Amino acid sequence: MISSAIFYLLAAFILVSGALAVTSRKIFRAAIYLLFTMIGVAGLYFWLSYEFIAAVQIVVYVGGIVVLIIFSIFLTHHVGSEMEKPNRIRMGFSLMAVFFAFVFCLIIIWRNDFLPAGAAPLELTVERIGEQMLSLTEHGYILPFEVVSMLLLSAMIGCIVIALKVSPEAVSSKKGEN
Amino acid sequence: MSEVPLTHILFLSTALFFTGAYGFLTRRNMITMLMAAELMLNSVNINFIAFNKYLFGSKLDGVFFTLFLIAIAAAEAAVAIAIIINIYRQYQSIDIDDADSLKY
Repeated sequence: MISSAIFYLLAAFILVSGALAVTSRKIFRAAIYLLFTMIGVAGLYFWLSYEFIAAVQIVVYVGGIVVLIIFSIFLTHHVGSEMEKPNRIRMGFSLMAVFFAFVFCLIIIWRNDFLPAGAAPLELTVERIGEQMLSLTEHGYILPFEVVSMLLLSAMIGCIVIALKVSPEAVSSKKGEN
Repeated sequence: MSEVPLTHILFLSTALFFTGAYGFLTRRNMITMLMAAELMLNSVNINFIAFNKYLFGSKLDGVFFTLFLIAIAAAEAAVAIAIIINIYRQYQSIDIDDADSLKY
């Protein structure tokens, strides 16, 4: 009873702050609402008793991505400026498209009966995650693990190269070519 | 936990996904579009975790997919923000309607 009440409270929190994050006209507030949404999702993982995933969610999303977004807002915006209102026609069509797609998905979910695989659920411990992540046997995840580490390295190098400051002369000569 | 059916969690993640899709369609500011994309990625993560918890409790595949998705989302956000900062240097604006040099 209390457990399901917690779930519905968390769901309402996630949805309200998510809706505010995509509709708020002050970009800094939108980022803060996004932060609340991420915390709500982490709370949902706690509620499902997947504590490790919740911790990863908080560390990476709340501590990493949202902070990165806030930094980039400070680099590219004047404090307190409001974004212009979205085009009314575009807003109407987007609302319609999203609404119909949402109803379509709800009907599909409603009609499907999800059958559990049957095996007894096991406790999610960090040891088990670590062993399976680095195991070389059939159900191990060592290959994706290495691929993701290469992806992160290349993303890091790519970020440095892309965001590298170019000298003003180079920019003006490029504009002259256009 | 067992009192809440799986479909309700799927409703939550569907609603969150389409909230993000609405933001992605209506926003014209690159940073807010990135935020909407992050919302959509989060709803996918909720789906993976819920399916793993309710249907495949004896396996960990959903957990691993979520972990890898979070790592890839972090890399994607970092690259996107580097591109946004570069575009801001070129155009003094991060509105996607202003960055149209490749269009004509």
